[in-house]
Amino acid sequence: MLTLQILIDGFAISSLYALGAVGFTLIFGVCGVLNLSHGAIMVAAAVAAWVFAGTYGAGPVGGALGGVVVGLVVAYVTYGLIVRPIQRSRLIPHEEKEIFVLTSTLLWGIMIQEAIAYFFTSNPKTVPPVIPGVINIAGVRTPTNELLTAVVSLGAIGLLWVLVNGTRRGRALLAAAINPRGLTLLGFELDRIYLLVWTIYGLLTGIAGVLLGAFLGVSSDNVGTLTASAFSIVVLGGLGSVSGSLVAAFVVGYLETCTAYLVSPTIRTVPVLLLLVAVVYVRPQGLLGRR
Amino acid sequence: MGSRTSAWTRAGACAAVATLCVAGMTGGTARAADPLKIGVIAEESAISGIAIPNGAKLAAEEINKAGGVNGRMIQIIEYDDHASASDAVRAFQRAAHEDHVAAVIASYMSEVVLALEPWSGRLHTPMITPGAASDNITKRIKEDYDHLKYTFHGYMTSTSIADIVCDAAKDMLVDKLHMQTAVVMSEDAAWTGPLDAEYLKCLPKIGLKVLDHIRLSPDTTDFTPIYNKIEGEKPDVIITGLSHVGVQPTVQWQQQQVPIPMFGISSQATSSTFWKDTNGAAQGVVFNMASAPDTPVTPKTIPFAKAYVAKYGIDPGYAGYTAYDDVYMIADAVKRAGGTDPDKLVDALEKTDYVGTIGRVVFRGRDSEFPHALTIGKGYITGLMVEWDHGKQVTVWPEGVAEGKMSFPAFVKTKQSSAN
Repeated sequence: MLTLQILIDGFAISSLYALGAVGFTLIFGVCGVLNLSHGAIMVAAAVAAWVFAGTYGAGPVGGALGGVVVGLVVAYVTYGLIVRPIQRSRLIPHEEKEIFVLTSTLLWGIMIQEAIAYFFTSNPKTVPPVIPGVINIAGVRTPTNELLTAVVSLGAIGLLWVLVNGTRRGRALLAAAINPRGLTLLGFELDRIYLLVWTIYGLLTGIAGVLLGAFLGVSSDNVGTLTASAFSIVVLGGLGSVSGSLVAAFVVGYLETCTAYLVSPTIRTVPVLLLLVAVVYVRPQGLLGRR
Repeated sequence: MGSRTSAWTRAGACAAVATLCVAGMTGGTARAADPLKIGVIAEESAISGIAIPNGAKLAAEEINKAGGVNGRMIQIIEYDDHASASDAVRAFQRAAHEDHVAAVIASYMSEVVLALEPWSGRLHTPMITPGAASDNITKRIKEDYDHLKYTFHGYMTSTSIADIVCDAAKDMLVDKLHMQTAVVMSEDAAWTGPLDAEYLKCLPKIGLKVLDHIRLSPDTTDFTPIYNKIEGEKPDVIITGLSHVGVQPTVQWQQQQVPIPMFGISSQATSSTFWKDTNGAAQGVVFNMASAPDTPVTPKTIPFAKAYVAKYGIDPGYAGYTAYDDVYMIADAVKRAGGTDPDKLVDALEKTDYVGTIGRVVFRGRDSEFPHALTIGKGYITGLMVEWDHGKQVTVWPEGVAEGKMSFPAFVKTKQSSAN
């Protein structure tokens, strides 16, 4: 019974982690951007879904869609207002741009966090579940919403896989991750590819935020933890490696769940951090990293 | 690079000097107007924290409308401590040194108040906390009265709250529903140390055997493993001690349909936004409060709650009631002390006998076990148990003032519901 409970809970949380981390790693792999406002975008999407569903009476589905749209809009603003001006700036030396992007996205994330706390308080919000109720799986009472979280997360990742491997634009996206210069020489506009990546990123992060809001609830205080969690998964899997992030998300999700159930919920994240330290020592490129 | 740095240094120095000049000028102007300044340090983004400045401002407006305190208008100066003890200490220093407040009303977090307590003593600035609960606040006053006498505990101590919850549990759970076992589930924080110690003492005395004692991290987001463990132990009730967390354990309790009722302390549930924050998952959650918007604990309770709703659009969180009372008590003490001399103000506050929104406030004396704590009991402050029922907070205990009957959601299985 306990094993099945761990399997179900671990699966749901791992799928959600995977969805949250895939966008983060994609944007690094293709655009070279470590977006430290990642957690803030997730929380913005979740809080927006809560506001649309509750205050504006849009209902659970309308709220969820509104949340995803807000996630996408905040991602565009992050790109247009924060990242792109730095990348195109002639005043910032090329070798310093990465650190500028890192710092500015961190500060941008704090600004979003403070704005959410100011307008909606730092009290946690929970997005109403699209399908409420529980299902009994071999004696384990599982909220339907938890299963929906896993299905939607893996579905979104599946769609991404189809897009990347099955379409010309998707392959261009992969190529941009490997050799952006070569791609430009072939006549592709890098700007359009970047915009596509940020669109995918915004949608994935928006969906992840709304699902997290419905599954566990979010607060503006969670911004740092969510970014750190995505960052840990991506480093563990190998920076820029989407498949590495997927594997790492499941390792982290199950390790945390096993710790919470078998040892203590209080030290849930400790073994993951120890594993991260060990991987950084032994295999700095991460589990499936290229170098 | 060097010249750019020095330019920045010069610009920074000029800005600092300008800021100091402006601050000095502002200070001078404020002294000339001579208002009675009260500092309010609170966690303004938190649900329980924002009620503190809101309640205080409402009281100040009322007092000012009635002519102020000996002709002096009350000015509330707000500081947001962002739930950080170090921010709160800086705010306290600023309140005392630069804004020259007569007294401070501070925080619902015990960690913050415990950090401010020595500063209240060092800077000779009287301070009342409207919401922190740790017994250590007053224990320290007992140990070092001469230095720490400037601090007053304007809310019930953790031990008192635990006793009230036990009294209510005896009437409502043991006598009426024949419950026999409980699991104590509290967050790991300064205020829950003495709370849990008292729970573990008083619950067995009323006939509830404690099967487990869970202290959860305030950072917990997934409560599934905790509920899973508790369900495996088959208690009749979960006795709670929650303040920093609240929405998430409540929503997950409802979403996972944990068949055990929750009863005890849930500070976030005291605010009317809790219903909306939890999308109604709060239905059937029973929690302790000193006052509730529907219950005339004193003739002042309901008018205050109505005025608060009219001004802010939501019901006051628990610390809103006490912060409102605290401003009146400080104003009253200033009148009796004939000014704002800190030692005279402390003397006057010690003699407080004031009927506020939460009951009759009389601080315990220097010789008691908890000096400057509220006197609890019949004729003073008794506390209530309130339940969320279809979007409303309904008082369900004690019987004399109860406005409704306790009822749990359908997924909660009590012995009585199983028998039916």
